[in-house]
Amino acid sequence: MTVTLRDSWYMTVRHLRALWRQPAWIAVTLVQPIIWLLLYGALFKRVVQIPGFEGGSYIEFLVPGVLVMTAFFGAGWGGMPVIDDLNRGVIDRFLTTPVHRVALVAGRIVQGAIGVIVQSLIIIVLALIVGAHFRNGVGGVVLMIFLAVLLAAATTAWSYGVALYVRKEETLIALMQFLLLPLTFLSGAFMQLSLVPGWISHIADFNPLNWAVEAGRSAALKHTDWGFVASRTAFLLALLAVAVWFATRAFKSYQRSI
Amino acid sequence: MSSAIEASGLVKTYAGEVKALDELSFSVEEGTVFGLLGPNGAGKSTAVKILTTLSQADSGSASVAGFDVVSQADRVRRSIGTVQQGSTVDREATGRENLRLQGQVYGLRGRELEARAAELLERFGLADAAHRIARGYSGGMERRLVVAMALIHRPSVLFLDEPTTGLDPEVRADMWTEISRLASEQGLTILLTTHYLEEADNLASQLAIVDRGRVVAEGTPEGLKADLRGDAIHVELAQADGNGHVGAALEALHEISEVSVEGRTLHARADDGARAVPVVLNALEARGLEVASVSVARPSLDDVYLRYAGRTFDRAEAEAEGSNR
Repeated sequence: MTVTLRDSWYMTVRHLRALWRQPAWIAVTLVQPIIWLLLYGALFKRVVQIPGFEGGSYIEFLVPGVLVMTAFFGAGWGGMPVIDDLNRGVIDRFLTTPVHRVALVAGRIVQGAIGVIVQSLIIIVLALIVGAHFRNGVGGVVLMIFLAVLLAAATTAWSYGVALYVRKEETLIALMQFLLLPLTFLSGAFMQLSLVPGWISHIADFNPLNWAVEAGRSAALKHTDWGFVASRTAFLLALLAVAVWFATRAFKSYQRSI
Repeated sequence: MSSAIEASGLVKTYAGEVKALDELSFSVEEGTVFGLLGPNGAGKSTAVKILTTLSQADSGSASVAGFDVVSQADRVRRSIGTVQQGSTVDREATGRENLRLQGQVYGLRGRELEARAAELLERFGLADAAHRIARGYSGGMERRLVVAMALIHRPSVLFLDEPTTGLDPEVRADMWTEISRLASEQGLTILLTTHYLEEADNLASQLAIVDRGRVVAEGTPEGLKADLRGDAIHVELAQADGNGHVGAALEALHEISEVSVEGRTLHARADDGARAVPVVLNALEARGLEVASVSVARPSLDDVYLRYAGRTFDRAEAEAEGSNR
């Protein structure tokens, strides 16, 4: 157990180091939230005037949506470097060492989580600059970031498992594109769910991205519904457990096929 | 007496393909360099994947360093070093970082790890490049780094899967020197797969020739060649033999044996090559078959392969090329 944790950390360091050496990634990390929060936020500024829209500014409403969406997208592409590792034989090399498969997946998850935290903090700072107000203070914001991290962790594990099954970048891109945008729009990320068509809000109830967005918004911005936040946190934890199990299974299937 | 590697009756079939391994069995004595020689697609890499716990056989069993590769996979992994095909280094990390991570997953720490990494960098001529990102390494440097990484935890069995494929001739020669040096290390057992006849000849003290997933011949390179007894005669005809004339022309001669024909090339074996050549040429001429060239040679591993696999090594390689990808 402690060995697996330590190995997970070694793998995390490997991935973080690779990221750090790609300055382009850091630039993208900074630019994306700016586009979504500032441009998109300005574009739909008057959404709040729709009768029935609760709460203050649209930017404020948008913060949990952009924060969770950014985390979700980043994690969704988490399988891409896995395919690179597979093609280069790096994963095969590790599989003949004592390192536990879970540590390989966990390395990507933790790296992703650290990325999500950094991006989230950038988003929060930006939001504060343009006048957003988080009524539940630091605790609420931390909880919101935690929910985004949970979603990202589960998504990374799924993406990892899918990468082991498909082993082709093109296929992974197609599959993820099929998943990422629709799930974003079938949620309350950009629009209050009581104001969208009924079928969308029904689907959103089963959408993990929406669990994180709504629970995060409740934690950071509103009179918090603790029961709701707790249940969505539990859903996301369960999803993470299933996703890690799936990725581990995918290793078995991969090793059977080579 | 004690064998470092035991493979017995290994069978592996990939989905929708022919058998990659068909009852493959061999055993490797401790402290020796054992060569698995065969053309591409013969099943060598599949065997290595199973022995290094990366993949599993459909049936059969194997043990490495005394541990079962399935039920004691973790013990096997701690005992072996693996150099897989191609370059498996992390290209975004430096040479030292690659070595460090490899050591860490085996539980090496702190000063012990740093010292071991430095020792290997020095030994493989990478000390000056240690702080450079591996992306900028040459093919030979990458390969040396992979071998160094495979040795970081002082394994007792080292697997080298096609260690020189894709390297320039000079770099290959360097690699051979390196492998010979490893072989002289006390107690280290090396299993080497290769499709280069001269590589097997140079490096391996014991050899198994693999064809279509099974071992067709086993022994020392010298022993295998000596078994053939006599010289090899190679005749290149001006035209391919269309209607079995060659067979008919040579069948009757008792100066030669083991006649085989592949297109324009003719192979035969003779106790005394120099005396057999004129006889063969006469017989061919009598049938109106023009000869482009003829050569006599002491037996090579190529001849050994031909004898046991029933086709030349080049032909087998070409066939593998055609059926794969």
